Amino acid sequence: MSQSVQNGAAKDLVKEKGPLASALTDFWRAFRKNKPAIVGAGIVLFFIVLAVFARFIAPQGINDQNINIRLEPPSAQHWLGTDDFGRDIFSRIVFGAQLSLRVGFLAVIGSIIFGTLLGVIAGYFGKFIDTVISRFFDILLAFPSILLSIAIVSVLGPSLNNALVAIAIVNVPVFGRLVRSRVLTVKEEEYIVAARSIGMGNTRIIFNHILPNSFAPVIVQGTLNIATAILDAAGLGFLGMGAQPPQPEWGTMLSASRQYITNAPWTVLFPGLAIVLVVVGFNLMGDGLRDALDPRMKN
Amino acid sequence: MLSYSVKRLLMLVPVLLGMTIIVFAIIHAIPGNPALTILGTKATPEAIHNLNQSLGLDQPLYVQYFTYLKNILSGHLGTSIQDNTSIASEIWPHLAATIELSFVAMVIAVVVGINAGIISAWKQNSVFDYAAMIIALIGVSMPIFWLGLLEQWAFSVKLNWLPSIGRTDIITTVQPITNLYLIDTLLEGQFAQFWMVVRHLILPAIALATIPTAIIARMTRSSMLEVLKSDYIRTAKAKGEHMFWIVYKYALKNAFIPILTVIGLQTGLLLGGAILTETIFGWPGIGLYVYNAIQYRDYPVIQSGILVISFIFVMVNFITDLLYGLFDPRIKYR
Repeated sequence: MSQSVQNGAAKDLVKEKGPLASALTDFWRAFRKNKPAIVGAGIVLFFIVLAVFARFIAPQGINDQNINIRLEPPSAQHWLGTDDFGRDIFSRIVFGAQLSLRVGFLAVIGSIIFGTLLGVIAGYFGKFIDTVISRFFDILLAFPSILLSIAIVSVLGPSLNNALVAIAIVNVPVFGRLVRSRVLTVKEEEYIVAARSIGMGNTRIIFNHILPNSFAPVIVQGTLNIATAILDAAGLGFLGMGAQPPQPEWGTMLSASRQYITNAPWTVLFPGLAIVLVVVGFNLMGDGLRDALDPRMKN
Repeated sequence: MLSYSVKRLLMLVPVLLGMTIIVFAIIHAIPGNPALTILGTKATPEAIHNLNQSLGLDQPLYVQYFTYLKNILSGHLGTSIQDNTSIASEIWPHLAATIELSFVAMVIAVVVGINAGIISAWKQNSVFDYAAMIIALIGVSMPIFWLGLLEQWAFSVKLNWLPSIGRTDIITTVQPITNLYLIDTLLEGQFAQFWMVVRHLILPAIALATIPTAIIARMTRSSMLEVLKSDYIRTAKAKGEHMFWIVYKYALKNAFIPILTVIGLQTGLLLGGAILTETIFGWPGIGLYVYNAIQYRDYPVIQSGILVISFIFVMVNFITDLLYGLFDPRIKYR
């Protein structure tokens, strides 16, 4: 019943504010009721603030070394302790947020752009071109994702940017399939047939009608994929195939510190906790966005 | 069912062929001269020429691909650049180690995940439900290599309960029969060795099981919640059937298809995820085999390792598809 009341309210809003504003109001109304999602968005915002203002928040520079304070436990001066070069771990984690968020966002944006492009072409034009693109997606999805990333990095050479490219490529078919299936559904709707009958061109139909209708599931999937992209980048960094020392990428920090775990467990504990926290944040936010934007995607 | 299986199997052919093309392309996509990249900048022109010849890189691309395909189909996976061994003969012991580890991890994930999910759904909104779902959320958000390191620190270094590295003690060698040590030690009647193998398996298996456990638990919960709302469950309750049987006998059967899908998908993903777990625990599986090959730029090993793991991944998904019909007779194969 509350659903129908909401729908009624939404209709009133359409008259007052226009469709986009009303959709946003609807979305916000549903999203803010979801407490875990708010917590998730808060965590994500926290890390974004850390990344943007890293220079002001971090008490020390990324690579400020002091051999006299190697592997010191957490203290008032060094909140999260120091690593084997006497660098302040808290500062490095703060700067590391820049790297992890950059990989997460850029990799996912890249895969959304290419995935959407291929998905729209496949779904809208169909026939032979659909078969080719869909088989291409099938083949990419036939590899376990981390393995395909490793294969790509082994070709391009180990670096954070190459890891980013690899993660983006691996995620292309995820968005491609999603958009293709949305296009197939939307394409058959009467208003598209109507648009075509009044002589609207393919490009206009795609940009004005089909893409906006595929927007919600892509945003939801994108948020959840930022979480896995950050995890994959950390995994590649840990294997020495992503960011290279002394870059403060969290996975790379873990890999460099693992030999000190016996004497200085904090060197391993905190970078890992940072990964868990930011990934939990994106996962909670993604689940909340899904419930608010597209309840059909639930389960 | 049979015609569906055959059809589904035929559909795999283009995917598998595509996989071979991508794996074949790995060595050719290396920027510049692959032989120079493999051997390093100090290589003599003669060494580069020899490597080009032995890898067949001096032939036209299509000739190279068809030779590659022919070799794979006849079971030749190439030769390791690092130590000149035949990859096909080297790969099975590694693969067996990974299969053993993945199997144990999957058993843990299925048993713990399904039961946690069922109880969460049954006692929805209880303390158990909240706790289980928070743990599951952290489980899917955790880098397994980090969990592995913490496990080693807690259970090997601090508590000294379990070994932190390898498949066996350094001084013990298990007589390989199948290369699955759990089976080999039992076949040999070496129960002390069997126990040692189990102890070595526990930490890596738990680390590897974390993500699938969490995902299976979440899927089981949501799938069960839906089924528990259905009319036939209400009828069963009205008839006074004990809740335990309603949940485990009637509801689980109908909730199982989505759970089966995740189990299949996760089993395949375990093989990929094994590379991180194996690197941390020094587990001599195919993941570590590929990881070491990457360090030495041993591209034939990288290619074959990736091809074999992905082939298994595809086959596991294929089998999962066929299993649907067994669990849900409503599914009609066309």
